[in-house]
Amino acid sequence: MTQSAQGGQPASEAEGTLITPADLAGTRGGEPDVHGKFGVFGGRYVPEALIPALDEVAAEYDKARTDLGFIREFDHLLRTYAGRPTTITEVARFAEQAGGARILLKREDLTHTGAHKINNVLGQALLTKRLGKTRVIAETGAGQHGVATATAAALMGLECVIYMGAVDCERQALNVARMKLLGATVVPVTNGSQTLKDAINEAFRDWVTNVDHTHYLFGTVAGPHPFPEIVRDFASIIGVEARRQVLELTGRLPDAVAAAVGGGSNAIGIFHAFIGDENVQLHGYEAGGRGAESGEHALTLTKGSVGVLHGSRTYVLQDEEGQTIESHSISAGLDYPGVGPEHAWLKDSGRAVYHGITDAEAMEAFALLARTEGIIPALESSHALAGALKLGRELGPEATILVNLSGRGDKDMGTAMKYFNL
Amino acid sequence: MTTLQTVFEKARSENRAALVGYLPAGFPTKDGAVAAATAMVEAGCDVIEIGLPYSDPLMDGPTIQDAVHRSLTNGTRIADVMRTVEGVARTGAATLVMTYWNPVDRYGAERFARDLASAGGAGTITPDLTPEESDPWLTASREAGIDTVFLVAPSSPDERIERVVSCCTGFVYAASLMGVTGARETVGSAAEGLVKKTRAHTSLPVCVGLGVGNGSQAAEVAAYADGVIVGSAFIRRLLDAPDEKSGLASVRELTYELARGVRR
Ligand SMILES: Cc1ncc(COP(=O)(O)O)c(C=O)c1O
Repeated sequence: MTQSAQGGQPASEAEGTLITPADLAGTRGGEPDVHGKFGVFGGRYVPEALIPALDEVAAEYDKARTDLGFIREFDHLLRTYAGRPTTITEVARFAEQAGGARILLKREDLTHTGAHKINNVLGQALLTKRLGKTRVIAETGAGQHGVATATAAALMGLECVIYMGAVDCERQALNVARMKLLGATVVPVTNGSQTLKDAINEAFRDWVTNVDHTHYLFGTVAGPHPFPEIVRDFASIIGVEARRQVLELTGRLPDAVAAAVGGGSNAIGIFHAFIGDENVQLHGYEAGGRGAESGEHALTLTKGSVGVLHGSRTYVLQDEEGQTIESHSISAGLDYPGVGPEHAWLKDSGRAVYHGITDAEAMEAFALLARTEGIIPALESSHALAGALKLGRELGPEATILVNLSGRGDKDMGTAMKYFNL
Repeated sequence: MTTLQTVFEKARSENRAALVGYLPAGFPTKDGAVAAATAMVEAGCDVIEIGLPYSDPLMDGPTIQDAVHRSLTNGTRIADVMRTVEGVARTGAATLVMTYWNPVDRYGAERFARDLASAGGAGTITPDLTPEESDPWLTASREAGIDTVFLVAPSSPDERIERVVSCCTGFVYAASLMGVTGARETVGSAAEGLVKKTRAHTSLPVCVGLGVGNGSQAAEVAAYADGVIVGSAFIRRLLDAPDEKSGLASVRELTYELARGVRR
């Protein structure tokens, strides 16, 4: 355990960096074994051709995570480029709809590029440099990971290609334009469901072809080992900061932490610092789309079954013969039929609980936060907000709920204009 | 059932490489796949790989993606794959199933191995199953008496090759290049070296696949490998044909060309 996890002096103050070797050491619990297994979940189900590249990334990360030089460089970017630490904001007017529970938002929407994705991207972009690779590729759903990757590539002079489902290109058109302006090539993917899952397939095809000079800058805590671990560690800055901030503000730990779950990076990012705090409930909210019974949803953990997708054993939306079932969500970033293996493990161990939020519930929370607090959240984050409203009513007015506001909603204005007739 | 061992012994006795053809089940139709594979065997394929169509074929290029998508749209299920194997095995070719891991995982490893063996299948090729995750499949296959083929790649260092070949029976699949399936102008220059490296770790036959699509490429590969694997080029012929009959004729013609290639 790190010092901060024990509630003493924050480790980061002792080290002088926002995130410390202790934070990246993965000693909080949930460290995968040598094969990248979280219990039975995770591992590697990929073409043999990619194994050396995955080994190379894992080995370089193992060196980097304990290298103070690397951590200082990462810290410098987080502070001076990403705008960290991000604040927490208490939202009392919004919380009136949550039975009067205290709701605190971790403001990842205030980071440069407007979503939590930048944390992982900056870490992996530095890793790309250490690996001596000159080109990065990435998949993107909402476009936030694509924008963050294009941003880091521009900053560090890397060639950048982003794969994005054609459906997502349309509903997140603003982000496509941002990526292009940042100098990235955006490849619309027209296979299958034309969303995040298909973008990942296409990125893997690129990677196996160009792996000698290309790093696959994976955007969430899914995929083959070591991605679930690396992405989690770089995203865990969210929880490390928030835990300290909540303690400072309220004098105690929150009763519950709430986050949206697509692949699971913002959720793991805020959960991870609280894993050892047994009295802090962890709640993940998946996209319920048109409802659990409609068949049009992305309820991977709550309705899926155990299988293999995109290189990892985890919960998957699949039929009885193992064919992936297409997911549906109004939110592109949650529209994914898989989920990170650590979430599968947290679900089965009971440490975290996962629920569904419908499109309609998310849109209501989206509008409510805008009207009561003057904050327009991302549609993804709106699922966590809707979850917090329910949770507050359950836990009562004494409860404090920390919500990961994973991103801002500018990118979603097209969807909102249609939905609300704006 | 014709085993891989019989096939490679025969090819060796004829001083040539074996010809391995790939086709997904259910493409161009459920019966059409058996007809096409039968034509391939009659014209000189020694081994047929029947692809199990999967929704997320991340190792496949556009041609196989297209065929697999059509097959799934035709409603192909695992029972159809087994029926296809049964039909193809009857021709006397050693018949394998090439499959991504999740459908087998979901179906149940033991059940899949048993059903494949009863259908007359000789084994499987599992391109996304790594040695680390392969124990349940190796056990199930051994019990059912079917072979397990895994892949090595140009990027594989010696210790990986050693690990992969220790999971293989029947033959070792050497990917000729870094990339996805699909016919190419030239066969990867890394292939020959990879075959040499692989032979240092195994006495099993080593077959080369990815990017082979015509007779001269087949001849080039046959000079250093025990078998030549061709997939996308067959599918291309079927996709481009105006009707089923000319598709079969075109597949037959390509097979003759390749069969001459492996005998050069
Ligand atoms: C703002 C925001 N939140 C959440 C997500 C969902 O991803 P994850 O579950 O990995 O956090 C995305 C993905 O694009 C996003 O942009």
